[in-house]
Amino acid sequence: MTTTTVTPGAPSDALPEEVLRTKSWKGPIGLAVVAVISLLVFGIGTPSGTQTTFSVATSSDFVHLPTATVPSKLAAILLSVVALALAGYAAYLANRYRKPGIWLPIVYGMAVMGALLTWAGAGRDSTNIQITGLLTSALFLAVPLIFGALAGTLCERSGIINIAIEGQLLAGAFFAALVASMVGNAYVGLIAAPLAGALVGAILAIFATKYWVNQIVVGVVLNMLVVGLTSFFFSTVMSDNPELNQSLGLEALPIPVLSTIPVIGPVLFDQNLLVYTMYVVVIVFQIMLFKSRWGLRVRAVGEHPKAADTVGIKVNRTRVRNTILGGAIAGLGGAFFTVASGLAFGKEMTAGKGYIALAAMILGRWSPRGALAAALLFGFADALRVQLGIIGSDIPSQFLAMFPYLATIFAVAGLVGHSRPPAAEGTPYKK
Amino acid sequence: MKLELRGITKRFGDFTANDSIDLVVESGTVHALLGENGAGKSTLMNVLFGLYDADGGQILLDDEPVVFVGPGDAMAAGIGMVHQHFMLVPVFTVAESVMLGHEEVRGPAKLLDLDAARARVKEISDRFGFHIDPDATIENLSVGAQQRVEIIKALSQDAKVLILDEPTAVLTPQETDELLEIIGQLRDAGTAVVLITHKLREVKAIADHITVIRRGKVVGTAEPTASQEELASLMVGRDVSMTVSKDAAQPGDPMLEVENLSVVDEATSIKHLDSVSFEVRRGEILAVAGVQGNGQTELAEAILGIVAAAEGNVKLDGEVITGRSIRQALDAGIGFVPEDRTEDGVVADFTITNNLILDLYDKAPYSKAGAIDRRYASQNAAEQVERFDVRTTSSEALAGSLSGGNQQKVVLARELARDLKLLIASQPTRGLDVGSIEFVHKRIIEERDKGAAVLIVSSELDEVYALADRIAVMYHGRIVDIVSPDTDRDTLGLMMAGAHEEEAA
Amino acid sequence: MSATTEAAAPQKPQTPSRAQQVLREILESSTLVVIMAIVASMLIGAILIAFADEEVRAASAYFFSRPGDTLSAIWEAVSGAYTAMFQGAIYNSNVDSFAGQIKPFTQTLTQATPLIFAGLGLGIGFRAGMFNIGAQGQIIIGATLGGWVGFAWHLPVGLHLLVAIIGCALGGAIWGFIPGILKAKTGAHEVIVTIMLNYVALNLLSYLLSLEAFQREGQDNPISPTVDTNAQYPLLLGDQFPLHWGFVLALACAGGVWWLMERSTLGFEFRAVGANPRAARTAGMNVAKGTVLVMVVAGALAGLAGSAQVLGTEKNLTLDVAGSIGFDAITVALLGRSRPLGTVMAAILFGGLKASGPTLQVQAGLPVDIVFVIQATIVLFIAAPPLVRSIFRLPAPAHEKEVAA
Repeated sequence: MTTTTVTPGAPSDALPEEVLRTKSWKGPIGLAVVAVISLLVFGIGTPSGTQTTFSVATSSDFVHLPTATVPSKLAAILLSVVALALAGYAAYLANRYRKPGIWLPIVYGMAVMGALLTWAGAGRDSTNIQITGLLTSALFLAVPLIFGALAGTLCERSGIINIAIEGQLLAGAFFAALVASMVGNAYVGLIAAPLAGALVGAILAIFATKYWVNQIVVGVVLNMLVVGLTSFFFSTVMSDNPELNQSLGLEALPIPVLSTIPVIGPVLFDQNLLVYTMYVVVIVFQIMLFKSRWGLRVRAVGEHPKAADTVGIKVNRTRVRNTILGGAIAGLGGAFFTVASGLAFGKEMTAGKGYIALAAMILGRWSPRGALAAALLFGFADALRVQLGIIGSDIPSQFLAMFPYLATIFAVAGLVGHSRPPAAEGTPYKK
Repeated sequence: MKLELRGITKRFGDFTANDSIDLVVESGTVHALLGENGAGKSTLMNVLFGLYDADGGQILLDDEPVVFVGPGDAMAAGIGMVHQHFMLVPVFTVAESVMLGHEEVRGPAKLLDLDAARARVKEISDRFGFHIDPDATIENLSVGAQQRVEIIKALSQDAKVLILDEPTAVLTPQETDELLEIIGQLRDAGTAVVLITHKLREVKAIADHITVIRRGKVVGTAEPTASQEELASLMVGRDVSMTVSKDAAQPGDPMLEVENLSVVDEATSIKHLDSVSFEVRRGEILAVAGVQGNGQTELAEAILGIVAAAEGNVKLDGEVITGRSIRQALDAGIGFVPEDRTEDGVVADFTITNNLILDLYDKAPYSKAGAIDRRYASQNAAEQVERFDVRTTSSEALAGSLSGGNQQKVVLARELARDLKLLIASQPTRGLDVGSIEFVHKRIIEERDKGAAVLIVSSELDEVYALADRIAVMYHGRIVDIVSPDTDRDTLGLMMAGAHEEEAA
Repeated sequence: MSATTEAAAPQKPQTPSRAQQVLREILESSTLVVIMAIVASMLIGAILIAFADEEVRAASAYFFSRPGDTLSAIWEAVSGAYTAMFQGAIYNSNVDSFAGQIKPFTQTLTQATPLIFAGLGLGIGFRAGMFNIGAQGQIIIGATLGGWVGFAWHLPVGLHLLVAIIGCALGGAIWGFIPGILKAKTGAHEVIVTIMLNYVALNLLSYLLSLEAFQREGQDNPISPTVDTNAQYPLLLGDQFPLHWGFVLALACAGGVWWLMERSTLGFEFRAVGANPRAARTAGMNVAKGTVLVMVVAGALAGLAGSAQVLGTEKNLTLDVAGSIGFDAITVALLGRSRPLGTVMAAILFGGLKASGPTLQVQAGLPVDIVFVIQATIVLFIAAPPLVRSIFRLPAPAHEKEVAA
């Protein structure tokens, strides 16, 4: 070794000593602002002396829970204060360079939502806030978003931007209805749907990896193509032969014992096969993406394809496979609209859910777990819109409908946390 | 293991990058592949590593012909490569990076066996004294440490042949010595090492055999005992004077004054520049030396205003220009030749004509009533192409179609077209052939002699010595010292690692 | 999008005959690719038409005994459909009066008008490196603001139209400004932001239409009052034809955009920022300003597309005021390669496809959705010239360019 004062590695390994660790204040500030708004609007804004009734029980519950009636103003103020305290705790952690666990945003979200519901339900003696119903429909409405966001995650982790989620959902919905109707069995639809989605994914993959076409262009155009094709066949072949487009549904399959747990049971364990499949798919891909050989390679391809290539990983093959797999998963999610909901196919019936799924993927930071959380949040907002419409709330439903979009804009603008997409996404790999 | 290349030919369109190249590397030796930038060294190694398909020739390992369809085949055959641009995923840990491509798995679910990878990294790191933490994230490691990770990657595959592509470009002279030390250890352990470089000193220090490549062809072999001049003329194809002649500087009043300038990265709070002060006078060239990534880039960019100064002042000709826009700084008389010309210097999809007015397009005579007067633009292009000897078919050709040297001439022509008080040039000759280097150096010295202050940032000590009237050495965002160009190479090297002149000398 | 920068390779001297050279140039030209892409898409359309036709399906049941029946049924269906399209979009030979015969073409131009506006805006964005998917939202907000000026204000002739048009442009510009400023200040990707803003705009319009100020009297449906006559684009060729002065304004804008991008210093800046933002910045250009300005101009043009709808064709605000124009305009800009002339031609082509919809429905019994399919496949083929070349076995040019986007 050399005799200089420079010892090997030691001074140059670490970054310069002047590095200051960052204190990220954006998150806590955002939480605090929303908590204060909650306190002012839902807490102080609720008329005194009113009451809000929450009903938890549904008739099929094994254990019967009574309805809960709380004084509106006090409850809303308390919940807002809890939210504010959590914001304060997040700030305390930030000051010590730490980040709160996943539990904090969840509890925080529940507190603010609780305040909102208390406020919305205040003084409406004739109607109750149906907690179980709200959660059930939140989960149900989140199903296509979860599949879609998961599809986006799989594609983008390998470096392919998938704007065509909308088209894949729609193709899945169409093909599920068509094949299920032809066979006369809704379950066959669950096999057909991923095939249609995979086909759309395959076209995206070929254009992106073989012809190096801008992936956003292909995605947008594929959406248009699928809308055109499905609407065309809907208006011609399907309307000429109604037997090709029937309303077939998957029945709910309550899981013994688990489905009798109050609240959680009916929400989580009294669902149809598609929902159970969703649980499995999310868990499997969460593990596979971050713990398996396949996942490590996929992430390498999405972050630094050349590095992957130099260790013998086939970059474009990985991308094509992932994009087709992603398409299949989105297609399966498309089955939600037809066979899983017991509906016949309708023109453009996905109504932009693919774009919300894209939003959930970004908000979920390109991980299956995050996608699940974001999609549930969006599903909850959607369910809330319906519920508030029923009880006749003052909040215009359009603003609740805007929520997922606004949340995503805030997220990509870095106002809520920091989103960092896979480094190589959207860039064709050319040797 | 003995590696042999026979008649390797590789073409890109009409361009022949490798023309029937022969090479033999015995195990337990270091074979240097010497050549200028663009001579075809990297192409050859990419063919060997299975990244490119050869158009002709064959590869033999221990006299057996082999065919590599991809890098996977090459690695399986015992060939490892440390690329010039590191092939590491920034968000992965060291252990993940090392295991990528040949992951061990465990358990019924066949999940990654990270413990095995960690142990592997630790074992190799300890064996060579690398000091690498298996759980560190790549993007948080220094360049030197990342290079050691690359070597671990290759060694973890039991590479019998190790190719190192320009490994010292990013290292301090001391780090370079350590690397040469490591190469020596590997050779003694029986590894065949191919060292690709254009640096003569390293070749002489470590190589057992030397093959020189020029314009895609083997032009000769040499022994390490050959003189630097002999090797250089073999590499370049004619006799080269190692320095450009220039007159002694006639420094005038201070033109650029930098006072306590600091730059902080907002996202990471890293201090790239820490209270830097110095001045450059009219008719003087100050060269900033240092290993890449010690704040030189930020210094040049902060003076122009590309990155904001956190504190401190920059004065040009007595006027404070800190906080002004880039446009205002350029208008005040700064010429700027950026470090990365393809990223920051030229717009590849624009014609040469348009690139030559990239910072003049809205000034008379090029702009008239909000529109561009294209006659003046063409006239200007014709003149500059002539004056700077830009080799092109037409000034309407796209800048992207030019070679690196000609692109650099376009940038230089544009920046020198204005009356300059200060010329800032970062790595002005990186990747250029010897002829272009001479041309660029002459122009820079001319500008000095016209009375401009010149600030050069270069990580090539040869260039620093060729141009500098004074040398500022930077380390970790600070100027260690400003010294005269008489200072010897070893002292400068130690200063680049942070030692002050008196300690280093 | 990054362009391929290939190393300069010395050209081999070639001495082919003049005629061969001309032929080769034609075969290699991108115009031929465009034409072939359209042909290929029409073929795909033909397959769909044949597939959907009852008689074809009936005849195909006994295909092997009498294949001629199937083939003639296919011919009937396909030729009927394309005849209907031609008659619906260009020239209707079934009518006696000349006015009636050329009416379809004026309908085509009317449909093309908003596509020209929005396509021009998107084209500027594409050339400046901004992938703006947000024309839809910009049209909606433009139409909302301009439409509101049109029905809620009452101004003299001339002035009212002018103010309403400015309102449309302003609305679109505001909706373009948001993604522009977010990209410039925070680096938020414009694709995501514009997609999300499309839905925000739609929900905003839906909310506004539920308010009294926007509701047509005596209507519960989300529909606004009719825009004042003073605020409507006058008809260009008299009452017989739907074509209004918006079309002329669109052509004027095309000229203006050409000057802006090809001649002006601002356009030089836009293009430099799009091609290499870092080099543009180093050369002293204000990239953030450029980014915002591009999005504002693109938004304003999309807003004018809204004006063609709300002040021209529709004359009132509904949730469907933007139709699918925002997305069609993306295909228009891509097909027109982001150049003004190309955009106008592409807009007329796609305007014709849209205009043929009703005739297609009535004469051939085909749903208008086939138009989407043809439109989408044209753009897919255009985007991948090697695909078209391999289908038609055309020679590849020396340097295959990526699609401009």
